[in-house]
Amino acid sequence: MAEQINTDLPYKANLEVFSEVLQRLAVDDKQIVVVTSDSRGSGKLVPFGKQFPEQHVEVGIAEQNLVGVAAGLASCGKKVFAVSPACFLTARALEQIKNDVAYSDNPVKVIGISAGVSYGALGSTHHSLHDYAALRAINNIMVVAPADNFETEQAIELASRTNSPIYLRFGKKAMPSLKEVNGDVFAFGKGRIIAEGNDVAIIATGETVYPALEAARKLAVENIHATVISMHTIKPLDTELLKRVSQQCKAIVTIEEHSVYGGLGEACASFLLQHGYAKPFKIMGIPDEYTVTGSQQEIFDHYGLNKEGITDEVRKLLKR
Amino acid sequence: MEEIKGNEQLSGPPLRDRGKALKIQSINYRKKILQYIVGAKAGHTGGSLSCTDILNVLYNQVLNVSPETFTSPDRDRYIQSKGHCVEALFVVLASKGFFPEEDLNTLCKYNSHYIGHPTRKVKGVEQNTGALGHGLPIAVGTALAGKMDKKNYRVFTLLGDGELPEGSNWEAALSASHYKLDNLCAIVDKNSLQITAPTKDVMNSDPMDKKFEAFGWAVKEINGNDIDELVAAFDGLPFEHGKPSVIIAHTTKGKGISYMENQLKWHHGVPSKEEYALAQQELDEQLLNL
Repeated sequence: MAEQINTDLPYKANLEVFSEVLQRLAVDDKQIVVVTSDSRGSGKLVPFGKQFPEQHVEVGIAEQNLVGVAAGLASCGKKVFAVSPACFLTARALEQIKNDVAYSDNPVKVIGISAGVSYGALGSTHHSLHDYAALRAINNIMVVAPADNFETEQAIELASRTNSPIYLRFGKKAMPSLKEVNGDVFAFGKGRIIAEGNDVAIIATGETVYPALEAARKLAVENIHATVISMHTIKPLDTELLKRVSQQCKAIVTIEEHSVYGGLGEACASFLLQHGYAKPFKIMGIPDEYTVTGSQQEIFDHYGLNKEGITDEVRKLLKR
Repeated sequence: MEEIKGNEQLSGPPLRDRGKALKIQSINYRKKILQYIVGAKAGHTGGSLSCTDILNVLYNQVLNVSPETFTSPDRDRYIQSKGHCVEALFVVLASKGFFPEEDLNTLCKYNSHYIGHPTRKVKGVEQNTGALGHGLPIAVGTALAGKMDKKNYRVFTLLGDGELPEGSNWEAALSASHYKLDNLCAIVDKNSLQITAPTKDVMNSDPMDKKFEAFGWAVKEINGNDIDELVAAFDGLPFEHGKPSVIIAHTTKGKGISYMENQLKWHHGVPSKEEYALAQQELDEQLLNL
């Protein structure tokens, strides 16, 4: 398998890339407005606020108002990025996302920061393991979780030019940049092939793409060849790519930093089963239980969301 | 019978004449609200009748918006937070020529855009509302955009007194005064009844004026079913430079129909054939007596 890690690039948290890109775009685009709920620090947006105070709105700790205000601004032509920890944003303000953004078609970019279990030992109040499920069931909003710095940069640039509601989710851990394969271009709704092989397809999203790639490298040593996909857009799902890999590979594993209910895995399973592409299939994620306590990595390790856990599941599916 | 049609703006003549024309218009609106609620066999009758005069004065006297200017970035915005009283809004928008009034014959019918809450699929509607506590935050964002772009438009939102316990209203109230949004005016249709019981018994929000004042708003209390008081209040906006304004409009739920006024059952009651005839007769008499 070809080396996919571009070691020339320094690793950064996707969150940092998000704020840097916004700061760059805002120089020329005066319609860009960032709205925060006392989250400018955790969103790495302090420099943005200092450089563009007229393009920054602070609403205090009030997520419902954050999204409502963002919807009002967007209805007047502003390119609004509403930024708040994913756990609060997609739970407390879910009705505002549903009605004021999606249903009213106000093209707000809803930015969930420190998503999944990024907050680690701060516990379940600060985890967002429901956001894919909740937002997948709402019409007229894309659900996107970039894997690396490249996808994050592309996603933010594209979002700023997209006149429709989008939910983007970032973690705060430094993420290696996964090298582009065949000069692929980032587009919402088009999964990105990180590695290619015919034995198993490992479909991951967000910060679980890198461990998926690590697993693929480990499996290659055992002569098991994996296709690794960054399915950065969970809705709309890249069903063409799903079809292709299900025809090409003997088994499919999905991985997500989310409940095993209602996220990427169930979205893939639903499509594949209803279209006659059934294959040995495993959804990896956080099970429906009180989440174990610990750091993000410790939680990942506990639930097997690491290269060892993924390779174990692949071997089980392939009976190897 | 004098009836105002289409896009005639009720401006120009002396206030007394304008006031009379607006009073006639309110009665005609009430007649139509009941007509379409009966046609749809559904509707929020009491609340639509309580806010009729507010909508009448807004659209015929205050708002700088018309079907022709509805997409203009400079238009005044009206966001109806108490979305369930959509029948009043639809009747007023039709009278202003946003869409043919006949469209309202499809109200709440299969595949119609004219549903039981405002939707942007109907021309003239700014935001999809219906879940309570949403109008004020959106209005704050809309007013903020106006300040950012140095526009002169104003933003109006109509709240029900029953929706004030929604916390999002108070989040938005804080931010409106924080950002000194004197281009924003909230109107509370204080009809004092909600679906379960009198509002003061369900969850008391009095003294409402003190609460808004404490949140940094300039407050005016009026009789929200009195055309002259409404005109005077809107003429006085903003009540204070650098502060958002709120009009606490004391109204009567079911206003204009004797057997509906202040009666809980008319929150979303639909008149029978006989009740409808009686209501129209009462409204016709009110027209004659003006």
